[in-house]
Amino acid sequence: MIIIFLLIPLSIVVAAGFLWAFIWAVRTGQYEDTCTPSLRMLMDETAAKRPVNNISPNHRPSNEQ
Amino acid sequence: MAKRPTTVSGHSENGQGAPVPLASTPESQANATSTPGGRRKCFHCGTPCRGASFTSGTEFFCCQGCLTVFELLTANGLTQFYEFADSAGVRVTASGGQERFRYLDESRVRERLVDFSNPCLTKITFRIPSIHCIACVWLLENLFRFKPGIGRSQVNFPRKELALSFENKQVRLSEIVALLASLGYEPELKLSDLESAPVNPAARRLWLQLGVAGFAFGNIMLFSISSYLGLDSFSGPVLKKIFGYLSLSLILPVLCYSAADYWRAAWVSLRQRMLTIEVPIAAGLAALFAQSTYEVLSGRGEGYFDTLAGLLFFLLCGRLFQQKTYDRLTFDRDYKSFFPLSITRMDGEGEQQVSLSQLALGDHLLIRNGQLIPADARLVRGPALIDYSFVTGESEPLERNTGDHLYAGGRQIGTVIEVETVKPVSQSYLTSLWNQDAFRKERNDTLNTLTNIYSRRFTRIVIAVAAGAALFWCFHDPHRAVKSFASVLIVACPCALALAAPFALGTAQRALARRNVFLKNPGVIETLARANAIVFDKTGTLTAAGADAVAFHGQPLTESEENWLWSLTRQSTHPCAARISETIARQYSPVPVRSFLETTGCGIEATVAGHEIWMGSAAWLASRLAPPTRSATSVASGSTVHVAIDGEYRGCFVLANALRPETDTLLAGLSADFELAMLSGDNEKECERFRRLFGDSAALHFHQSPLDKLGFIRQLQAAGKTIMMVGDGLNDAGALKQSDVGVAVVENIHAFSPASDVIIAAAMVPRLHNVLWFSKVSVRIVRLSFLISSLYNVVGISIAARGLLSPVVCAVLMPLSSITVVAFACGLTGWLGSRAGLDAASTASANTPSCLDQNKANPDHGVLTAKEVCA
Repeated sequence: MIIIFLLIPLSIVVAAGFLWAFIWAVRTGQYEDTCTPSLRMLMDETAAKRPVNNISPNHRPSNEQ
Repeated sequence: MAKRPTTVSGHSENGQGAPVPLASTPESQANATSTPGGRRKCFHCGTPCRGASFTSGTEFFCCQGCLTVFELLTANGLTQFYEFADSAGVRVTASGGQERFRYLDESRVRERLVDFSNPCLTKITFRIPSIHCIACVWLLENLFRFKPGIGRSQVNFPRKELALSFENKQVRLSEIVALLASLGYEPELKLSDLESAPVNPAARRLWLQLGVAGFAFGNIMLFSISSYLGLDSFSGPVLKKIFGYLSLSLILPVLCYSAADYWRAAWVSLRQRMLTIEVPIAAGLAALFAQSTYEVLSGRGEGYFDTLAGLLFFLLCGRLFQQKTYDRLTFDRDYKSFFPLSITRMDGEGEQQVSLSQLALGDHLLIRNGQLIPADARLVRGPALIDYSFVTGESEPLERNTGDHLYAGGRQIGTVIEVETVKPVSQSYLTSLWNQDAFRKERNDTLNTLTNIYSRRFTRIVIAVAAGAALFWCFHDPHRAVKSFASVLIVACPCALALAAPFALGTAQRALARRNVFLKNPGVIETLARANAIVFDKTGTLTAAGADAVAFHGQPLTESEENWLWSLTRQSTHPCAARISETIARQYSPVPVRSFLETTGCGIEATVAGHEIWMGSAAWLASRLAPPTRSATSVASGSTVHVAIDGEYRGCFVLANALRPETDTLLAGLSADFELAMLSGDNEKECERFRRLFGDSAALHFHQSPLDKLGFIRQLQAAGKTIMMVGDGLNDAGALKQSDVGVAVVENIHAFSPASDVIIAAAMVPRLHNVLWFSKVSVRIVRLSFLISSLYNVVGISIAARGLLSPVVCAVLMPLSSITVVAFACGLTGWLGSRAGLDAASTASANTPSCLDQNKANPDHGVLTAKEVCA
């Protein structure tokens, strides 16, 4: 039964990892739009490459004047 | 670009049809390009092609704009666009090229629009209302193929937004907007709209709070399951103690972070000595936490930490769901974009009525007496006398000369002026003028007060019941005391009470706006529902102008005299003047009109080409020493406008007035439920006719000046009536403002009368009874929602007080109740709106066979609307 003293901290560490992943997902704006990615998936990539300069909403300054 | 009539496509550019099927078979594509009747459909946008056709290869197009887009797509190898859906394109309605968007390159405008900019790269977010299907997403995300320098573009489909980055050295902002416009995706560039940050930080925080609460909830449940299953026997009390402390440490971030909004709201409301719904929730949380902490620290038990974490988790879930539901039902933006203001634009060929959204910078506009200036502009042909009372509340008009700057929202008084716009139009700004304080009426909104009283008492009662239950259980079963206390506090929910009215009435307002009945604010519906007397103005309200029914009686006018009268009458927006100016031949060129003066209820006067001309009512002319030589009663029935040139009476225009279609059925229906009255500025010659229509009990008054009308309304109000006044909003503005609900009837929605509460398109006047019925039903729905919500609270609280409900169940029930009530209120109102017989063309057909025939005779109508919707 002594193993439980190891398992409990481990389970909390794993759970905290998932919490961190969730926080990361929210902060990078993945919960902003849950609809368009499902449409985008249906489009065939064509020969022309998409530009790479990312425009994730997270990098957008919050208050630009 | 070919000139097209703008009426049909007016709505289509905003219309978002149903999502088009994703894949298309060759057969369906073949069907899509031609209708059964042999008329071809545009390959790009699906609009049936009319008149001259535009072709490219085997494909047909409805207009040059669509053809241009097709060629543009072909040239850039983007024909894949047409494989996503049939006729997925958006009809291009905007004209003009990049010139139109030059102002976007000005650094001041640019700064306010872009999200981020450094010397080489700029990021910007556009709102594009015409995004409607997967093909749009694909095309907009492939925008970089059109022009070098455009970087990554990303669509947010639900929000209809496009985030885009581009290199400043290679491409300019105006070029990109012009490209989007030429493809049919013109962005909405309202500076005021874009001021708010596009990303909502509150929504993001709610997700995080929910995540933290969920994390703690899951882990605490794991720890407490051992005590539920009696696992203590394996390891003794050690684990129990450790689990207790672990739960305590897990609950702290939940209380500090996830519940932060509840603490803050409760604190604010206590400081303001107001009891809001957050107070009992915070009290319940605090009670649960204090009891559990005490039990854990003193070693007496393991507390209710699992309940507490679950409670917050479900409360936040409910909040998130609520927010999503409400976002979907937001009506404010829709309502504003529905409002179809239009204005007269001058172009090479002459005058043209266009909607405000089609105005471009540098357009020349004609502003007539009483019209609003839609955008900041430069006066080209003046002088102007501008009344800024809508903007500043200052009623003294200001004189302005040619070249001066005029601010949006001013109202021209006097002769027609020509202005050149220097700033883009902000329609939401103009609509907001309608809701100015100066035009707000003192109303006792019973629903509003009911909501307030209810929620204020509500919290007190809930706290009293909770405390009572806790006290009772302390003596009988102390274990249940805290649980029942918390359950009562949490299950009680006045949200539904507070939300039912705004949501049901907002839905009703939107349903009416879709049918060209525009309400100033949702509160108007309540007053409409209470109205028990209806006062009609005659001319322009019950009667409508027939196009060919203007005749001149008296000494024949010479051609130049006719020209003078035409130049004079086109200055005014009065329906009689508008009809006369329409009737008199229009090949004339305008003669300068000086010292124009419009006396409300009397007539207009001015010096035209050196001649003093008076036009107006017989009494007014008689008082000015130009007595009518012929008795007005001897001519055919209708409104008369008498004319005197240089002090000499010349005759009168008779405007034969036909009753609007279905007026008899409307009045017959209304007279059963309402007290009716009619006020008219004309003479009694049509008294008999209207007596038959209105019935014997109605008050019919003739020879009414604007002041008389106002006095009549006051008199009725003193008798305790709630009055709806229906008029044209020009010479009865005072009466409209005085009445409880002022309804302005407009033929083309361009005369904007802030004194009214409702603006109704003339075609909808026969449906007035249905509008009133619909508002009554809407208010009844709100009351029903109140009842449902009260019932829920009574049942919920009584069960919770007995300690039978766990606080977690309560946390699920609470948001559920407010969502059901709001969904019920909105759903039922929306459903009734579609069944209330509000549609101008088809509805009354069920009642009267004559309308059925009318429907048959006009089969094109259905086609036209369908076209507008799907384009």
